[in-house]
Amino acid sequence: MSSRLTDTGARDLLRLLETGEVSCVDVAAAHLDRIGAVDGAVEAFLSVDREQVLADAAEVDRKRQTGESLGRLAGLPVAIKDNICAAGAPATCASRMLEQFVSPYDAHVIGRLRAADAVLLGRTNLDEFAMGSSCESSAFQPTRNPWDAERSPGGSSGGSAAAVCAGMAPLALGSDTGGSIRQPASFCGVVGMKPTYGRVSRYGLVAFASSLDQIGPFARGVEDAALLLEIIAGHDPRDTTSVDQPVPSYLDTLDEPLKGLRIGVVPEHFGEGLDSDVETRVQDAIDVYRSLGAEIREVSLPHSKYCVAVYYIVAPSEASSNLARYDGVHYGFRAAEYDGLIDMYAATRGAGFGDEVKRRIMLGTYALSSGYYDAYYVKALKVRRLIRQDFDAAFQEVDVIAGPVTPAPAFRIGELIDDPLAMYLNDIYTISANLAGVPGISLPCGFTSSELPVGLQLMAAPFEEERLLRAARMYEREADVPIRRPPLGMLPGGSV
Amino acid sequence: MAEQLSTDDVRKVAHLARLKLSDQDVERFTGQLADILRYVEQLKEVDTDAVEPLVHAVELTNVLRDDVPRASLPRDAALSNAPAADGAYFLVPPILENA
Repeated sequence: MSSRLTDTGARDLLRLLETGEVSCVDVAAAHLDRIGAVDGAVEAFLSVDREQVLADAAEVDRKRQTGESLGRLAGLPVAIKDNICAAGAPATCASRMLEQFVSPYDAHVIGRLRAADAVLLGRTNLDEFAMGSSCESSAFQPTRNPWDAERSPGGSSGGSAAAVCAGMAPLALGSDTGGSIRQPASFCGVVGMKPTYGRVSRYGLVAFASSLDQIGPFARGVEDAALLLEIIAGHDPRDTTSVDQPVPSYLDTLDEPLKGLRIGVVPEHFGEGLDSDVETRVQDAIDVYRSLGAEIREVSLPHSKYCVAVYYIVAPSEASSNLARYDGVHYGFRAAEYDGLIDMYAATRGAGFGDEVKRRIMLGTYALSSGYYDAYYVKALKVRRLIRQDFDAAFQEVDVIAGPVTPAPAFRIGELIDDPLAMYLNDIYTISANLAGVPGISLPCGFTSSELPVGLQLMAAPFEEERLLRAARMYEREADVPIRRPPLGMLPGGSV
Repeated sequence: MAEQLSTDDVRKVAHLARLKLSDQDVERFTGQLADILRYVEQLKEVDTDAVEPLVHAVELTNVLRDDVPRASLPRDAALSNAPAADGAYFLVPPILENA
């Protein structure tokens, strides 16, 4: 029973829970046992409070037994990226700076999960402060890809992606600033979605680049991702960039195919540098849409080739300002030795931050400094508008844009860590969605010849999540990609 | 845009950002940051003369709310993560020399 529960998706688990076939404690225990069995090898979780998880699950069972009303995720375990605050739990951001931090309050999305009677399962690994594409910049551990332990699960939300992939959680939350949900989803062969900027409140998400950050769901199928998005989306006055627009019921319409669907294909996404297996799988996926009667049209995003350059000015600039708060005074680490106040700041930040965070803070400080502000920061914001205008024009022509998530499948741990620019270029297909604010989803579309997952990225116009999810579901149903589980028995320490 | 980035530039930026770096760090970061800035130079080829900067993907108007008093984080919760506090205040090193 236990291994079957960890192979079961969120919606099916809810049915089992509702009919009383299993209890919430059964479901929680099965996932905790799975974590115990395989996470020694995957290292997706930074912390799991087993007693608390079982107590929360028992409370949901009690409510069900006494006939109290239950939320829509009653008893479902959800793993949480360790940069989303949950009262009483750590939020280390995988940084020495916040190693001892305990959140005094709940993020908006956590409040929503609690109200839905979900069970918060544990805190997942990430690149430090979500800055990275591999989980290697975590100050604590490099998460491993469940499909190949030598390879990265992607990042920054690599812990959440690996946890869902390896059956340690049916659902997880991540955050996406330049591809940090979609790229690890692609590397691990799960579904990951970045909603429209403003669709989900950022209240309680530790800020990296505030004009780009967005929280989103991970799941093993589109339906489950739609369910989790439905729970977390919606207006929150505590985030002034949260948009006050009704949230449709994504699940109600999910299985209705879109008639006359127009799919845009961007030639710039299929150029030099794209792995041939990735290209083949993505073209196959586009053929599936063709077979379903969709019209495939070429659209151009001529400024997208500048997205990495724009991003690595805009995101570090915002980060350099956001991370000024880590000053050794209000929370977190303070260096033991220093000479006066200014030196206390510098010594604290020098010892508390890792290399990638330091690089980005310096890049941002440089781009915002006197004499360079117009040449770098303002210039990047102008090109950002051109990137957005390209999308606006494209979405006049097509409903959804389809293409690869990343140029290549999961890379080896250590392969790119000494070459930051090469690492950044991994995000070349995902970053523009953040700059333009449009929603994007990564869904599995097969494997390379070396058995690594490949992701299909779909993007839609702002607040068109319903259309995006329906389009994703059309592919998922038609392609009927056989469900394959990673060969975890092969992992050192893996016992299943 | 930038001439070749020097180690002195990196030291200056690290100081502005309040980051204490070793000489080794400065050397390594200088090369890496120079690579990134060289890559960013490609933005120069884009004509943006008639383009307004886009600061936010969703261009919002001011969001206003009624000015109603409400509870804030309790003091002990706000102080609970501080590296040094005395129960009422955050403690910092002396700010004035010889004060």
